[in-house]
Amino acid sequence: MTESCSMLGGQALEIRWHGRGGQGAKTAALLFGEAALDTGMFIQAFPEYGPERMGAPVAAFNRLSDKPIRSHAGVKNPRVVVVLDASLIEPAKVTEGLIEDGGILLVNSNLEPAELRKRLNLPTGIKLYVVDASKIAMETVGKNVPNTPMLGALVKVTGVLEFDQMMEAVKHKLGEKFRGGKEKFVEPNLVSVRRAYEEVRC
Amino acid sequence: MILAKTGNEALAYAMKQINPDVVAAYPITPSTEIVQIFAQYVSDGKVDSEFVAVESEHSAMSACIGSAASGCRTMTATASQGLALMHEMLFIAGGLRLPIVVPIASRSLSSPLNIHGDHSDSLASRDSGWMQFFCESVQEGYDTLIQCVKIAERASLPAICAVDGFILSHCMERIETFEDKSVREFLGPYKPNWNLLDYKKPILVGPATMQDYYFEFKRSQIEGMNNALPVIEEVQEEFKQKFGRGYGVIEEYRTDDAEAVVLLMGSACGTMREAVDAMRNQGKKVGMVKLRVFRPLPHKLLKETLAKFKTVAVMDRADAVNSYGGPLFTELTSVLYDAPQRPNVLSYVYGLGGKEFSLADAATVLEQAHAGKKEDLVTYVGVR
Repeated sequence: MTESCSMLGGQALEIRWHGRGGQGAKTAALLFGEAALDTGMFIQAFPEYGPERMGAPVAAFNRLSDKPIRSHAGVKNPRVVVVLDASLIEPAKVTEGLIEDGGILLVNSNLEPAELRKRLNLPTGIKLYVVDASKIAMETVGKNVPNTPMLGALVKVTGVLEFDQMMEAVKHKLGEKFRGGKEKFVEPNLVSVRRAYEEVRC
Repeated sequence: MILAKTGNEALAYAMKQINPDVVAAYPITPSTEIVQIFAQYVSDGKVDSEFVAVESEHSAMSACIGSAASGCRTMTATASQGLALMHEMLFIAGGLRLPIVVPIASRSLSSPLNIHGDHSDSLASRDSGWMQFFCESVQEGYDTLIQCVKIAERASLPAICAVDGFILSHCMERIETFEDKSVREFLGPYKPNWNLLDYKKPILVGPATMQDYYFEFKRSQIEGMNNALPVIEEVQEEFKQKFGRGYGVIEEYRTDDAEAVVLLMGSACGTMREAVDAMRNQGKKVGMVKLRVFRPLPHKLLKETLAKFKTVAVMDRADAVNSYGGPLFTELTSVLYDAPQRPNVLSYVYGLGGKEFSLADAATVLEQAHAGKKEDLVTYVGVR
């Protein structure tokens, strides 16, 4: 088992993604799961299916473990919550069930972490990280697709995956997605992942 | 190869490796992707299959019957209303003893409209003469679908391989897949005993048999289902020999010295294992029995396995509306009626329409089973 797996400490790491329909919360969860698989972990990635409308709040989930994952219950108390769209912070109750002792909240926002923490009235045990993934996506990919850069930020704040391993997996996956003349979109996406990894702050 | 695949992706991948002669299908949530991905394999030339795009599930099963009667290895995929629309034709496939194999992403039945997972669709087809397998994980879905083809052909019976809709069909998990070549070696070529297109050995398929012979046909079909159990065990063993993963018709989990056990099928078994471990850590003697094959019902095995416990809680992810407990519960109480000692049997219906079945729910059922009593005959888990 790799070193990153041992950081799980025998417990499954549970992650909840919040986004709006079309922002790629499900895709991000699947991609993160696949990247973790490549490092030898056991994984689950699944969406919460509700009304599938562009712009409607959606959620997706990951479980990562160094042991086979048996539960097929929903994720109720995630250790990490990733928010792809800051406008969801209040309506989607993004902190609901988030583990208060050592939980991580990662938000795509242009706000200062201190300001956001105040607005959310976060318990001190929850670590808040912020990255302007929309801005990064606009500057690299040319449109507001925050899901891919958020993978970079997530790897940084959780430390469960090696950055290079994750990049390899993302590169492979994007290579499959952008075929037939669309290959030029792969590199800007990879740049966005690297920038979010470097720019995420607490 | 180790891959990350959703249930639907894994089932479609298994279908690619099985490389059936004919697939006739009509898409329906949550099994749509199986058909969609398989159609892509056809389009990309990855399989030799003839893909028949039909206008309804009734037509899909009708085309499958024609294909299978012509001696072709035949598959489709469906769920819920789709399986319900096939209902008439399911009996014909069963009566003709055609080894059609159908992966389904189990889903509730309307009304009210709901697209999520429960076992209402397959259990409503219980008496149609099809074998029914319920899978706990994506890996088990992949493995079982491959096994089903061999079992169906050897037993001359059609088979449903069910994964829970969304809970497994849309959940990506780590699975270990085999080489295409190994899967095809395992299955071997399909050599039907008869086929409609063999003009040198002309036969009559689907004739009218009135009072004089219908019952004899049915009696023979029943015997065919009775004989399927050893075939399943045989193929499970062959699968284990070749691929290293073993499955039983039933599986006991931590039942040594257990006083109370929970009997259930499908994806909730994994959640129940977690709950059993937690209660064992508190020193409570509880366990789980997973039923993987609902048809043919392993009567003898169920009796031998379950009669020894003080309490058996039976969990159904479907309800038979005003039956005396859920479908699996009534089967089990019937099986246990003439057992030398009969356990206390409790009925639970859970997770209809995809209702969350949490670890806490699993623990509650185990607690009650351990206490050996509850107030109502049937408990509807988590219903407001």
